[in-house]
Amino acid sequence: MNRIAENFFDLEVMAKYLPSILDGVLVTIQLAILIVLSGLALGFVLAVVRAFQIRAVNWLIVLVVDAFRALPPIVIMIVFYFALPFVGISMSGFVVAWLSLTLVLASFAEEIFWTGILSVDRGQWEAARSTGLGFLQTLRDVVLPQAVRLTIPPLTNRTIVITKSTAIASVVAVPEILTQASAAQAFSANTTPLMMAAVAYLVIFLPLVVLSRWVESRFGWKR
Amino acid sequence: MLELEAVRKSFGAIEALKGIDLLVARQELVFIIGPSGSGKSTLLRCCNRLEEPTAGRVLVDGVDIVSPDVDINEMRRHIGMVFQSFNLYPHLSALGNVTLALRRVLKMPRDEANERGRAALDGVGLAERADAYPNELSGGQQQRVAIARALALEPKVMLFDEPTSALDPELVGSVLDVMRTMRESGMTMLVVSHEMGFAREAADRVLFMDEGEVVEAGSPARIFESPEHARTREFLRRVTGH
Repeated sequence: MNRIAENFFDLEVMAKYLPSILDGVLVTIQLAILIVLSGLALGFVLAVVRAFQIRAVNWLIVLVVDAFRALPPIVIMIVFYFALPFVGISMSGFVVAWLSLTLVLASFAEEIFWTGILSVDRGQWEAARSTGLGFLQTLRDVVLPQAVRLTIPPLTNRTIVITKSTAIASVVAVPEILTQASAAQAFSANTTPLMMAAVAYLVIFLPLVVLSRWVESRFGWKR
Repeated sequence: MLELEAVRKSFGAIEALKGIDLLVARQELVFIIGPSGSGKSTLLRCCNRLEEPTAGRVLVDGVDIVSPDVDINEMRRHIGMVFQSFNLYPHLSALGNVTLALRRVLKMPRDEANERGRAALDGVGLAERADAYPNELSGGQQQRVAIARALALEPKVMLFDEPTSALDPELVGSVLDVMRTMRESGMTMLVVSHEMGFAREAADRVLFMDEGEVVEAGSPARIFESPEHARTREFLRRVTGH
């Protein structure tokens, strides 16, 4: 019992490293917010572009999206961070983490939005077009509002999975929670900081999970 | 008002319409009957280019809507369409369904659109359900909202694609009542339907279609009492059950 307390809940260690863990919390939150905003926006735009059914463009979208869905995020980050400088593209760890996870989230989001667009009944398109609405008007006012509702549950799940993988950014030296905690653990020769990191992740992501439940019920169909 | 000249439509190797000529005069109600797969829905959908005819001309009030330089969105608001499956927008209220095109296509301000939308809903007897969502309405009410959605644009001609086929029998009457009122107010209507009773009572002319062709056409009395073609007789015997 004592061993557990010493190794996981050492108050002295906690007090000493709390500031640096909190710094990490800030970085994680910033990174997560940026990824959610840019990832969902990019995914949405790609799905809308795909709705235009321009063959060459769609091939390109599918190719890129499939690649980013297949690659492990950690591999993408390492390639961006360690390989791209050799071709003259140098980005900070933060930018690499943001860009990598944005592309991954956008890829999944694009597929989810696209499935949503496809699942809107053809009759909806026909009804709207028969009243004189154009393609874009139909997409915006009739199809997308329905498609987005259908996509909210898979989208919130995927968003959570990807934003919490900001922890991987520790491999490219982003001072987020896990990086700070690992450093603190090394300095203090005690695993308490890892416990603090776990708690910090819960504090950040549990509300997100709860929020997603609320969003899912809020935007469900009135039955 | 609505004129089809040698309209053909092929889906791959299958010829769904084999050269249809049809003239629907102003204020006329023309009924199309025929077995499923006879091309009657395809014909109707060619009239607002939901299906692109493979050949031929479709004139609405003198304008060939198949011509490449016609603004089809501008033309479509003059051609109302009612679908078998209603196709109401589930995320909008009844009023929202009716006013969407008023605001987006006719660019009406919200107040004006709502006023006209409420009037259109009133016209189909649903003024008090303006704020209801489609899933809160019965099938008959949904179809009447769909009719109001088309009528609000004040079309020159209305197309009905089996408007009562998806309805429970006790709800059919309410939709037919609305169509009867439209007819009395002088709307030009082209109706694909199996409601033979309604055709007999309300139609000016009845067309019998089979295998992509108009087999025969005439007054309801002529088609129903003394059909000339064996195929018509056979079809009528099957649908009326004697």
